Amino acid sequence: MEEPDTEPPLTVVPGADPARTQLCFEWGPAEMLLCETLFGRRGGERRGAPGGSAGPAPTGCGVAGGGDGAPGPSRVFVVRRDQDIYMETLRKLFNESHGIFVGLQRCEEERAARARNAQLVQVSKNYRSVIRACMEDMHQAAISARDSALHSQYSIQVSILSAMELIWNLCEILFVEAAPAGPLLLRLLDWVQLHICDVDNMVREVLGQRKSIKNTSSFWNVVDIFVLQGRMDEARHLLSKEAIANPTSMNMYKILDDLMKKMPVPSLGNTQTLTEMELKWQHWHEECQRYLQDGTFASNSHMESICKILLGDENAILEKKELMTTWYHFLVTRLLYSHPTVKSMELRFYAQSSMDMFLGEESNPEPLDTILMAAFEFELHQVIKECSVALSNWWFVAHLTDLLDHCKLLQSHNLYFGSNMREFLLLEYASGLFSHHSLWQLGVDYFDHCPEYGRVYLELHIERIPLNTEQKALKVLRICEQRQMHEQVRSICKIMAMKALRNNRLGSALSWSIRAKDAAFATLISDRFLKDYCERGYFSDLDLIDNLGPSMLLSDRLTFLGKYREFHRLYGEKRFSEAARLLLMLMTAHIAPCSFWMTLLTDALPLLEQKEVIFSAEQTYELMRCLEDLTARKLDKQKFQDDDVETMKVEMLRLALARNLARVIVKEGTLEGS
Amino acid sequence: MEEVCARFVSQKISKARWRPLPAAALQPPDLFATGSWDNEDNRISIWSVGDVGSAGLNGEYQGEPQLLCDIRHNGDVMDMQTLSASHRWENAHYHADQYTACGGAACTGVICNNPEIVTVGEDGRINLYRADQKDAVRTIDNADSSTLHAVTFLRTTEILTVNSIGQLKIWDFRQQRNEPAQIFSLTGDRVPLHCVDRHPNQQHIVATGGQDGMLSIWDIRQGTMPVSLLNAHEAEMWEVHFHPSNPDHLFTCSEDGSLWHWDTSTDVSEKPSFLHQGGRSTAYFSHSTINQSVVSAWLSNDPTKDRMEITNLIPNQTLSVNTLDVLGPCLVYGTDAEAIYVNRQLFA
Repeated sequence: MEEPDTEPPLTVVPGADPARTQLCFEWGPAEMLLCETLFGRRGGERRGAPGGSAGPAPTGCGVAGGGDGAPGPSRVFVVRRDQDIYMETLRKLFNESHGIFVGLQRCEEERAARARNAQLVQVSKNYRSVIRACMEDMHQAAISARDSALHSQYSIQVSILSAMELIWNLCEILFVEAAPAGPLLLRLLDWVQLHICDVDNMVREVLGQRKSIKNTSSFWNVVDIFVLQGRMDEARHLLSKEAIANPTSMNMYKILDDLMKKMPVPSLGNTQTLTEMELKWQHWHEECQRYLQDGTFASNSHMESICKILLGDENAILEKKELMTTWYHFLVTRLLYSHPTVKSMELRFYAQSSMDMFLGEESNPEPLDTILMAAFEFELHQVIKECSVALSNWWFVAHLTDLLDHCKLLQSHNLYFGSNMREFLLLEYASGLFSHHSLWQLGVDYFDHCPEYGRVYLELHIERIPLNTEQKALKVLRICEQRQMHEQVRSICKIMAMKALRNNRLGSALSWSIRAKDAAFATLISDRFLKDYCERGYFSDLDLIDNLGPSMLLSDRLTFLGKYREFHRLYGEKRFSEAARLLLMLMTAHIAPCSFWMTLLTDALPLLEQKEVIFSAEQTYELMRCLEDLTARKLDKQKFQDDDVETMKVEMLRLALARNLARVIVKEGTLEGS
Repeated sequence: MEEVCARFVSQKISKARWRPLPAAALQPPDLFATGSWDNEDNRISIWSVGDVGSAGLNGEYQGEPQLLCDIRHNGDVMDMQTLSASHRWENAHYHADQYTACGGAACTGVICNNPEIVTVGEDGRINLYRADQKDAVRTIDNADSSTLHAVTFLRTTEILTVNSIGQLKIWDFRQQRNEPAQIFSLTGDRVPLHCVDRHPNQQHIVATGGQDGMLSIWDIRQGTMPVSLLNAHEAEMWEVHFHPSNPDHLFTCSEDGSLWHWDTSTDVSEKPSFLHQGGRSTAYFSHSTINQSVVSAWLSNDPTKDRMEITNLIPNQTLSVNTLDVLGPCLVYGTDAEAIYVNRQLFA
């Protein structure tokens, strides 16, 4: 493993005072838990810390910790590393880009390379417009923030987003679109124009001035910047105004205007080949050279410098450093005026030299500069690595890498643990999302599109989402069911069912166990119902038991419950013979649990005591057999301190059964009709 | 769907409701409220969707909902209704002990019929409040052994509730006993029902949506089983709404990210044009009936005579559509992708 090359940053946790109490910590998936132990500094209390480690060896001596008697309650701090996902404005970025990401994964591959390319460029543009929209919002938020700390936080975010868009745009030009020589330069010009926005302010300032106070330097600055950015038409427009004001130098203006007009630019369409363009450009270059050497512009230094710029004189261009502000602007201008037909592979040579020339002595490139340089050098992995280091969360690299992977630009570069870079970054990003209380739903789709480890990660993460309401649990369950994660379904349903059971919501508990097809839990619930019935003498929640329907078959106990309730219903409706048959069936078919037989037999008593005979002889024999089975089992298990109630019950049952038997034998022996 | 405006709002939307307009209003509705869920800091926000013709405040895209105000809300917003009231009824739903912190239960549904408010919750309790009284007028404890998911008014003194064991119950507040007046349930598996709505004109027609995405139409005058079961979505159906002024149209939204428009109006010549765009789903049955006045199209279950157009209004679906509300020509729906969508020309 490499050595870290910078000192790790110091994070101060507000409220935690290591001078007062020793702290212990534990790593979490995306955050850290910090806890105050009961250990003070050396000399303080020494009670066992709850769950905390013993702490490092006590340093030094002296400061007694326990000044205020009993220690206060220990506090737990949650240290989150990634602040960004909690910013409201950034949430829009995450959501919108999630939509684009899912759309990209799902859209079918176009066959033709051209169409595929266009599709990917469109996706890249969508991502960029999302970043810009977010930047706008963040800018608005920064303006309207009253708190200066908040204002600076937002402003920092705006600059980060702007840098991200800059890098993404360059990657789009070089990698996604892979513009050929010719259009490449035009794209690069657009890129530069988009990102150096002071120009518009300057222009507005200049155009706003009337003829009265003409600030010559700012005027020429604007013309220069137009020329540097290759915006010939606008430069010519301004120059024409100046020409009208100074008729004496009309000639010079005319010539310069003419040169600018004739400057050959690469065309986007196929109207000219590269060689044609180069030829034209060569002629034009020579013409400019001639005018310069003739001294045509000698009287006006501004125009002379413009002519030099047109000739691609690097020193002349470098003089306008403050206008260009960045070395990549310098690079593009240089290319425009010396090698307009540059190919993308050749960019790296010009890039390095441009940066050196521009930055000069203080060649301390910022992270942004190294990233852009890596892009110009077509070192994709370097770009991604630098971005990962520089940015605080994985959003940018994950999406960019995924897009580049779709362009088939990343070789499957296996990392140490088997997955490729795209998957690694997506997994990291999605794990970060799961640590957020609300954005976890987005993370699910990201895991879905990680073929190797996505499912495992999802299984582990989804079980740890806190389920406060039933609706959230339903959503999580649906996610698990759609992906056939049966273990997780069962565990979540069990959690919810237990909660419901604890709150005495037996119907809810049953519906959860039906969803999980959890027979064991259904048995548990039925036992609860039966216990309630035994204690109270009546059924609670009749609406549930009466309407069990086919879910009754989920577990035997549940079936028994349903049938038992049916027995009660039949009894209530005075359909005694059916009730009797059902009761008997419950015992003989062993649907009833043994513990319940006594209750069932006791329920049979009123039927036995009815005026008319209900149980047939066969049935009575069966009942007697059941009773004997029951008492035999009881004798085995229980000691001889049976309470009287039990023995009395058994006695009564035996009596009733005998009486019934007597009556039924007589009845059955009697001839009908007499 | 040219007139759908989307806006990302950095909070997952659990409920959206239009502000009700008086029946004779000519203007389309322009204010709606949304509630969020799953945030540490949930909010109820009120949005205005200006007239399409007027210019936006900052030259923004007109038609995008503008936030007027919002307020914090403890816990997830589960349901919303519009009423003018100035009370807070705390601890309306609880499991064991009303006033302990962990004894609270989620209140899953609320419905108003000025000035009465009925709430139902995960604790199986039904509460009846009046807007001007501090305490509940009536509470039915343990009305249901499972969670009550939604409630709606049937008549002024009767309500309908659906629960998580697939039962539709009618409760009559004029009766003193704490039992439902009638219980309806599906045959087959007891799939939990999540939403219920009553036909605006014909009060015996009720639609419910279940956890398996099935839409059931019930006639509560007869039988205890639904009249028709329509296989709709692939996941939980969160809301079902009859259009208040065109009850031949029904809207459902679901966890699978789709929002369906069910149209049983059989007039061929006036087919709304928007139906010819977007993701058209199946279900053309056959040619129309001419005489459909008395028996509502929803109840007739003869597939050869009826024709129902079903259209999915969302072209690329990703995350769940949690809520929808429809009033006049306007539809608003909110998703778990933290976005609100407004369509102001439903029947263009």
